[in-house]
Amino acid sequence: MITKRIIPCLDVKDGRVVKGVNFVGLKEVGDPAELAKRYYEQGADELVFLDITATHEHRDTMVHIVEKVAEQVFMPFTVGGGIRTVQDIKAILRAGADKVSLNSAAVRNPDLIREGASLFGNQCIVLAVDGRKRESGDGWNVVINGGRIDTGLDAIEWIKKGTELGAGEILLTSMDADGTKNGFDIPFLKAVRKEVHVPVIASGGCGSLAHFAEVFEEDAADAALAASLFHYGELTVGEVKQYLKEIAVRL
Amino acid sequence: MIGIIDYGMGNLRSVENALKAIGCQSVISDDPAVLDQCEKLILPGVGAFGDCMKNIVERGLDSYIKNAVSKGIPLLGICLGMQMLFEESEEKGLHQGLGFLKGRIVRMETDLPVPEIGWNELEWNQESPLRELLSEHPYVYYVHSYCAGDMKEENLTAYSMYGDIRVAGLVQGEHVMGTQFHPEKSGEDGLKILRYFAEVFS
Repeated sequence: MITKRIIPCLDVKDGRVVKGVNFVGLKEVGDPAELAKRYYEQGADELVFLDITATHEHRDTMVHIVEKVAEQVFMPFTVGGGIRTVQDIKAILRAGADKVSLNSAAVRNPDLIREGASLFGNQCIVLAVDGRKRESGDGWNVVINGGRIDTGLDAIEWIKKGTELGAGEILLTSMDADGTKNGFDIPFLKAVRKEVHVPVIASGGCGSLAHFAEVFEEDAADAALAASLFHYGELTVGEVKQYLKEIAVRL
Repeated sequence: MIGIIDYGMGNLRSVENALKAIGCQSVISDDPAVLDQCEKLILPGVGAFGDCMKNIVERGLDSYIKNAVSKGIPLLGICLGMQMLFEESEEKGLHQGLGFLKGRIVRMETDLPVPEIGWNELEWNQESPLRELLSEHPYVYYVHSYCAGDMKEENLTAYSMYGDIRVAGLVQGEHVMGTQFHPEKSGEDGLKILRYFAEVFS
């Protein structure tokens, strides 16, 4: 049977991983290719790189990073952040990434999903959606620009549309759960999963081993993404996989 | 030297990187004169079956590949490249494949998410030298919505279960080998499968 995937996420700014990392012998910031290799050796199933570079001038840096990572790491990885055009998608995939994730740019230009999927295949296009519960409590809105802008779009409707346009996977981040370390947003994930047939990656809120177990036991996601938990060395990917094996979530 | 067949689609660099990591020289090309210098060929592939076959035919590579294999040049098809080893596919209309293996590529009908994306265990259907080479429970990385159906048991070396579907993972015929999963993205076991193709398979 297929296993549930554990996916570390690395934030990259101007060519360096910026979230703190705590691997032995490495400083607070790190070389993306080197960190990718550490995660590969720890048994991560995939990696996600999020380019949070503010300026256009540094965009080419990301392509070089992708090239370096692809030379050393024989596992799938996704690159997101700042991808706005088909040319951007092409450059990242050509450099050796397996998938790109589209977020704000897809909201502004949904056709980007369709074009990307038809040119490179649905499996290459991950739709990343940041959602926040509406004050009325009856659903979730899509927020963009790192949570700063509430689009007013219903998250479930947007995700349905995104998969119809060709997104092959959903990376769902709950802005309500993100940073809380209280666990993944199970109701939100389940609401999405009920409506779409493509794999869903859970993101936001993971703070312990039990949270990984919960999201999979509830069948709320096909994969779980975490950032700070791994970067700060609170847990290693190996520990998570070992734990899940023990509690018999098939890994 | 291994020739990676370039027909304008697919993540060729990943295959090249993986071959480099196992100390194997390779060249990416669509030029018969260059591919003629290679002892073995790899046919990668990402995208839709019909588009890929169209690109191959337009470049005259279909007859080149068939001719090479008939002369005993070993061929490895990866993902869509594996699917193209079969007779035909029903992805977005019926399309003809290269026809090295009997069978048809069909849509996966399951309640599980499609595409299947992720790591799945390879289970053996036929004896293979690979069994000794790989770990006891090898996991490999799949990304696909279609899989081989109606094929000969003797061609099916190993499979993975996706719900009730027995997904043809590793297939073999005369001078041809195919992996539905991505060996170049399947960690150490994946690299071992590439090494087996490069050094042993004939």
